[in-house]
Amino acid sequence: MDLVQMQKSLQDYTKSLFLEGILDSQFLQLQQLQDESNPDFVSQVVTLFFQDSDRILNDLSLSLGQQVVDFKKVDPHVHQLKGSSSSIGAQRVKNACVVFRNFCEQQNVEACHRCLQQVKQEYYLVRNRLETLFKLEQQIVASGGMIPAVELGF
Amino acid sequence: MAEVLLPRKMEMANDPSKFGSPDLLHVLAVDDSHVDRKFIERLLRVSSCKVTVVDSATRALQYLGLDVEDKSVGFEDLKVNLIMTDYSMPGMTGYELLKKIKESSAFREVPVVIMSSENILPRIDRCLEEGAEDFLLKPVKLSDVKRLRDSLMKVEDLSFTKSTQKRELETENVYSFDSPVQSQLKRTKI
Repeated sequence: MDLVQMQKSLQDYTKSLFLEGILDSQFLQLQQLQDESNPDFVSQVVTLFFQDSDRILNDLSLSLGQQVVDFKKVDPHVHQLKGSSSSIGAQRVKNACVVFRNFCEQQNVEACHRCLQQVKQEYYLVRNRLETLFKLEQQIVASGGMIPAVELGF
Repeated sequence: MAEVLLPRKMEMANDPSKFGSPDLLHVLAVDDSHVDRKFIERLLRVSSCKVTVVDSATRALQYLGLDVEDKSVGFEDLKVNLIMTDYSMPGMTGYELLKKIKESSAFREVPVVIMSSENILPRIDRCLEEGAEDFLLKPVKLSDVKRLRDSLMKVEDLSFTKSTQKRELETENVYSFDSPVQSQLKRTKI
């Protein structure tokens, strides 16, 4: 694949993530903050998000797996995950966290278990898609090309 | 990994020469979220601010010198033009930090902005009543930061100098305070 084709693929791929609601405009904000002086800003923030999320999801599994669930422990974790997913534009993860928090408030253990599964699903999805996105970018850079500028009009 | 993850010693953070340029706004950002710290730091840097980021209210108080016996004083020579703090943090909240700052003689005039992902009116009211300059909904926008900076620039009567060389804006990330505070700055007692 030549450079132009790769750049077109990247743009199409990125657009699809927005159209599917996996990412929202906050991700665009992140991309706009990236420049020659900080060329890896987006991937750095996203990597932090992955690290935080792995930890939180693990803690949540443990907390919800207890005989007696302590919602005072569960809720702050979900709140944290909601916050960080919102900060990087991982819209579906954020929305799943909002639902999760509602059930935490109701102290509904069964529903919370389902919510955790849902959050995990959305998280693995966005993680997978973003990793693919970064690979596409790396291929372009490795071929000596530039990452196409963010298009806002779609 | 990014420079933000390197811990620095307290002595370096308190070195007066580090707060060199008088025409840059120095912002202290407080947030327990790793992702949000990275994000706010970048927002501030692209807005031409000098940034110090800490991960808790306790560390913020240590940085300001408000954590010791005479809690009302603080580091008199430390120039901080704006404090931006998350509301919900484990341990001490942003609201409690706001109160402590407003109680201090050295920093009560410094504008404090609260950031929160939750749009809770009583919370917002309480913060504003306690003297918060503004309340920003997360995720914070670049336009929010620019608006803050612009209004502060007017107040402080600072001027931007555009240099032809690219100036490296230093970020100080104070994560560990394992050595006792060796302050190089004067502390005046009232």
